[in-house]
Amino acid sequence: MTGDTALLSRVADSLYWMARYMERAENVARFIGVNLNLQFDLPLDPAGQWQPLIDTSGDTAIFLERYGAANQSNVIQFLTYDSDNLNSIFSCLRAARENARSVRETISSEMWAQVNSMYLQMQAQPGMPEPESLPELFHSIRLGCHMFQGITDATMTHSEAWHFVRLGRKLERADKTSRILDVKYFMLLPSLRDVGTPYDDIQWSAVLKSVSGFEMYRKKFGRIHPRDIVDFLVMDREFPRSIHYSIRTADESIHAVTGTPMGAFTWPSERLTGLLRAELDFTSVDQILREGLHDYLDKLQVKMNAIDRGLSEDFFAAAPDDRAVAVQSQRS
Amino acid sequence: MQFHGYQTEGFRDEMFDESGSVRPEAKLLVETICSLEDGQLQRCQRAAERLLLQLGITFNVYGDSAGAERIFPFDLIPRIVRAEEWEWIERGLKQRIHALNEFIDDIYHDQKIVKDGVIPEEVIRSAAFYRPQCIGINPPKRVWCHITGTDLVRHGDGQIYVLEDNLRVPSGVSYVLENRELMKRTFPQVFEGLHVRPVDDYPSNLLATLESIAPPSSWQKSQKPTVVLLTPGMYNSAYFEHSFLAQKMGVQLVEGRDLAVLDGYVWMRTTKGLRKVDVIYRRIDDDFLDPEAFRPDSLLGVPGLVDAYRAGNVALANAPGNGVADDKVVYAYVPEMIRYYEGADAILPNVPTFLCWRDQDRRHVLQNLDKLVVKAANEAGGYGMLVGPHSTEAQRQEFAAKIETNPRNYIAQPTLALSRVPTLVNNNFEGRHVDLRPYILYGHDITVLPGGLTRVALRKGSLVVNSSQGGGSKDTWVLADPLAK
Repeated sequence: MTGDTALLSRVADSLYWMARYMERAENVARFIGVNLNLQFDLPLDPAGQWQPLIDTSGDTAIFLERYGAANQSNVIQFLTYDSDNLNSIFSCLRAARENARSVRETISSEMWAQVNSMYLQMQAQPGMPEPESLPELFHSIRLGCHMFQGITDATMTHSEAWHFVRLGRKLERADKTSRILDVKYFMLLPSLRDVGTPYDDIQWSAVLKSVSGFEMYRKKFGRIHPRDIVDFLVMDREFPRSIHYSIRTADESIHAVTGTPMGAFTWPSERLTGLLRAELDFTSVDQILREGLHDYLDKLQVKMNAIDRGLSEDFFAAAPDDRAVAVQSQRS
Repeated sequence: MQFHGYQTEGFRDEMFDESGSVRPEAKLLVETICSLEDGQLQRCQRAAERLLLQLGITFNVYGDSAGAERIFPFDLIPRIVRAEEWEWIERGLKQRIHALNEFIDDIYHDQKIVKDGVIPEEVIRSAAFYRPQCIGINPPKRVWCHITGTDLVRHGDGQIYVLEDNLRVPSGVSYVLENRELMKRTFPQVFEGLHVRPVDDYPSNLLATLESIAPPSSWQKSQKPTVVLLTPGMYNSAYFEHSFLAQKMGVQLVEGRDLAVLDGYVWMRTTKGLRKVDVIYRRIDDDFLDPEAFRPDSLLGVPGLVDAYRAGNVALANAPGNGVADDKVVYAYVPEMIRYYEGADAILPNVPTFLCWRDQDRRHVLQNLDKLVVKAANEAGGYGMLVGPHSTEAQRQEFAAKIETNPRNYIAQPTLALSRVPTLVNNNFEGRHVDLRPYILYGHDITVLPGGLTRVALRKGSLVVNSSQGGGSKDTWVLADPLAK
């Protein structure tokens, strides 16, 4: 027992959510940044470019009720500053910071200082800046999140606590990659027969840029093709934002937490993650497309939600029957 | 930056004597400050404040929705304490804490001091923080006050007095450590020349104190007992300090919901199941520790905790019930306590105190409300207080009525002319009133952190140093060697 530091369930929960919210803030910032850039290339129907961003966040109903038709200004307001929107960048940074604050004795001082200054900077902003400084704003948020991630990996011992941070980051990332792919694929589907036209190329490139994957895709596949993009974003074994890669590293982290050998399980959440990983290990992109990408991603979302619930039951929740857990802890 | 035009205005000043000359212990500091170019000190001050905010070294203000977090204002000009004066303060504090601990142990056992007629039984029974639940409890090593933050003030007569003892859950020590870090960055050359006694070892000493009271069985099963710090949570005003101390000691920071009592032992809920806890440094009040023993409506506490404590299966610091000696009426009896338990006169004097439940004292207080400071016997944080010379007729009438209704609950003291220290106000130095809170640890033996929190009333003329009422802080430099003549 000595030498191994216990991790409080509440602390594990906060670490996981701190990481999820930071990752979420980064993704929202990237989606908006890419969209801002995209509209310079697509003069047609600029307003139509903004609705999909709301769809990606999953808050379409709330947005419609409060803002009506989507345009650049109200979408950016909603996704960046709106403190009532729990998935806005501001809300994410606030939630990440609150979680970090409740575990600041567990994380490194540098991690805390980074998330705290990002929040304070955002809070000090009087409102939406001039349109010309918007790209810089989203760029700096992304950079800040990358820095947080780098600081985390470089200053925090890679023990159990760190693995919960990584779990949060990876599951959030897999979720966001699947959402952007789902929304954009659906939107671009009618133009599938126009594959190879400049218009199509720009749109698909934007999808890749939304997950910082454009350059890495080019190295691997060269030409832009929807099938290869799905292959890359869902199945790639090496690209760090692909769903497969994210789930595989999440699986590794759960095993690091529990000490169960890879390929086996002791906890329900471990089993669910292992199942999803195995499925991604042995699926082919053509099979996914035959089944229908949307259906496939839908099921994937359901599975990832189950993993999230499982983690909460297995590790975060105050045990309903402490006595049962006490027995278990003596055994291990 | 110069001290030209700095006025002591008839107050006792910690840096300058009556004739306006620099006191010898402050000479090097004043020379260094004078050698700084214009604006440099102000830049340092602003940089320090930015850093405090960025590091989140803040306290929460209750009832303030706008952010609710503020930095505890920090002033760069330190208070300096001579080595020989500190030696005297330290002896006085050790004597006082020892006597107070004897008193608390006596109160929850034989009450000899009451039977011998030194303190009226009525005073004990009516003390707001007296806890009958603690009668007969024997805390490890019979220590009840492991961590104390005694408030000291220097009056115009040059004498240092004890203002209050703060035995329950004193806070502020994290600012002592953080202030020192800021100062070392700002005035490295002065530190080299002056031999300021270090404060960085406080977390290690605190941990050693906590480990010293662990149940003996906890040393056998593993190499070291498990110590945790119990916080009410991140919305508590002192949350920064709780997480700071937990981090510096390398112990878990827990909330009530992280703990459970099973089979008479205390456990914390971890990702791998339950882990036994041996020592709890609790930063929550008695009332919220255990709903079964104290307030049944409390959601913060751990049901069964006090039973586990009584059985000796877990140690608590500070011991529940020690607040009986925080009552300001009990405070008035401390000099007699010291004579009773230590067989000696108090080294550090009390502020003369009038007890309103004594008819003669009350008459005097009511006739002199405009000259005295009136305090509620069981409040802290500068609340429930009347500063006579700064009060209005309406406020005096309000307090007169309160005293008449509940004389037991009020004491009065002469208004002290607290000493002052130069403080940076805009682009000048102005004198501001200060007090001093040293921190005393009681484990195997009693140790005093050299220095402590110097709190400063930043509002001109104000005597109230509390952070909730416009107070700030300064670093406190205790010198290591007596000054060469």
